[in-house]
Amino acid sequence: MSTVSWITARGLLGRRRFLLLFPLPVLLVLLAVLSRSLGVDPGEWGPPVLVGLGLAVVLPVIALIVGTGVLGAEIDDGTVVHILTKPLPRWQIVLPKLAVAAGVTAVTVAVPLYVAGVLASSVRVGLALAAAASIGALAYCAFFLALSLVTRRPVLLGLVYVLIWEGLLGNFVSGTKVLSIQQYVIALADRFAPTELLATDVSVPVAAVMSTLIAVGFTALAVDRLRSFSVAGETS
Amino acid sequence: MSVTSVEPRSTSAPTGSRLELAGVSRWYGNVVAVNDVSMSLGPGVTGLLGPNGAGKTTLLHMMAGFLAPSRGAVTLDGAPTWRNPEAYRRLGLVSEREAVHTFLTAYEFVLASARMHQLPDPAEAAHRAIALVELEGAQSRRIGTYSKGMRQRARVAAALVHDPQVLLLDEPFNGMDPRQRLHMMDLLHRLGGAGRTILFSSHILEEVEQLSGTVQVMVAGRLAASGDFRTIRRLMTNRPHVFAVRSTDDRALAVALMAEPSVTGVELGQAGLTVRVSDYGAFTRVLPKVAPARGIRVRQLVPEDESLESVFSYLVEA
Repeated sequence: MSTVSWITARGLLGRRRFLLLFPLPVLLVLLAVLSRSLGVDPGEWGPPVLVGLGLAVVLPVIALIVGTGVLGAEIDDGTVVHILTKPLPRWQIVLPKLAVAAGVTAVTVAVPLYVAGVLASSVRVGLALAAAASIGALAYCAFFLALSLVTRRPVLLGLVYVLIWEGLLGNFVSGTKVLSIQQYVIALADRFAPTELLATDVSVPVAAVMSTLIAVGFTALAVDRLRSFSVAGETS
Repeated sequence: MSVTSVEPRSTSAPTGSRLELAGVSRWYGNVVAVNDVSMSLGPGVTGLLGPNGAGKTTLLHMMAGFLAPSRGAVTLDGAPTWRNPEAYRRLGLVSEREAVHTFLTAYEFVLASARMHQLPDPAEAAHRAIALVELEGAQSRRIGTYSKGMRQRARVAAALVHDPQVLLLDEPFNGMDPRQRLHMMDLLHRLGGAGRTILFSSHILEEVEQLSGTVQVMVAGRLAASGDFRTIRRLMTNRPHVFAVRSTDDRALAVALMAEPSVTGVELGQAGLTVRVSDYGAFTRVLPKVAPARGIRVRQLVPEDESLESVFSYLVEA
């Protein structure tokens, strides 16, 4: 484990903000257990719980908290200067931070999605959801991490993307789905384990290519922005 | 605005890094924070002096590669510091902002720095740096439990862990108690004496006076004076001073003071005398003799223009 990822993980898991990660996954599992124990038809509760809550809310929100936190929190409190005053190529700072963010997000989201998938359908669907969510975690985190370097309000802009672009426009303007990580995750999960619980208009090749492009492109953007990182101009 | 240029007191060693600023300016929109500053910093301790808002932090950030100059160039041994992480092998920075990873112990914090510098023996380097700032006793405690001065020392240890040729410190004495201050001054003295290039900023004249022979004075974004501190200090103390004086007989005292060579003017007003003097020291020695000799008691003596800003503005005009 590199020193950068060690500090990042300590910073992420050591802050109270980390506790924010748990309520949503717990809610997801609770709803799945409740629906299953009440004997509701999985065809009825599966899509709203797995997609409506799991993939449309839990995954992006957890990724938003973690992805903007691994670098954005250090930029906010100024501790990023300690890491930047080292002779490290900037990719050696961005990649470990992205790995920690994507790893923590994937674990936090994949486990409850797996449980919910098993309860709704089968182990295979559970595994497919977990795997696709992990890919989505990487794409979302790369996007949010880059956001924390290009704007001072990464959380706000991230929420706008998740709630307005993916959540609202995705329902009315079908074209926006081509630029929706959520839709890629659904397409990939459905490819790993075809099920009627998951439906999207985005094709699997588009989902695979776009997920890769987003992960690689925003990581490259983050590295470039970090090279030109300026300390906020306070003159004294 | 003219620049008073004085030859720096020689602290040069044959080796060591040189930080050069050539016509450096930095503006934010239409606000100019740093205006056409050129300087060359070599081994020894240099103070960057100036009132708040003079652009010292902006200048330090540009030196440390955390801000691109809008115009001009900042180079360390010929290589730019901006967008050049390799420069940090020879450069250390202690920023003004009290930002530390509070969840780490001081040892972990300094060790992490040593590792990120890819030093051959990070643990040994961390112990050495912590010993340098005398933080051994508290090194296993979380930094979150430290006082402001201790945090500052932890940050200095982290900045020194790779034994940099150049160390930049932004207001390093803020929040330190007198003992910590003395210790830090001694440390910087030793580093400067050992051939390191040390630059620290301060808005407190006395700090700079105690620590450095060479100063760079900034006022309103410009380099107002540079060179030997004693010469600049002389300029500062020899400037005209204004005192407000009240006594039992202001008129008689005015007459008596006008006979003194150190006094250049006296104004008699409702609230007493306004006395202009050319020599601060001579006047403060003369007044206690002149007044009693004429049976006058001085009730109040207040220097009117002792703010740092007025000292600096005088320097700029000199």
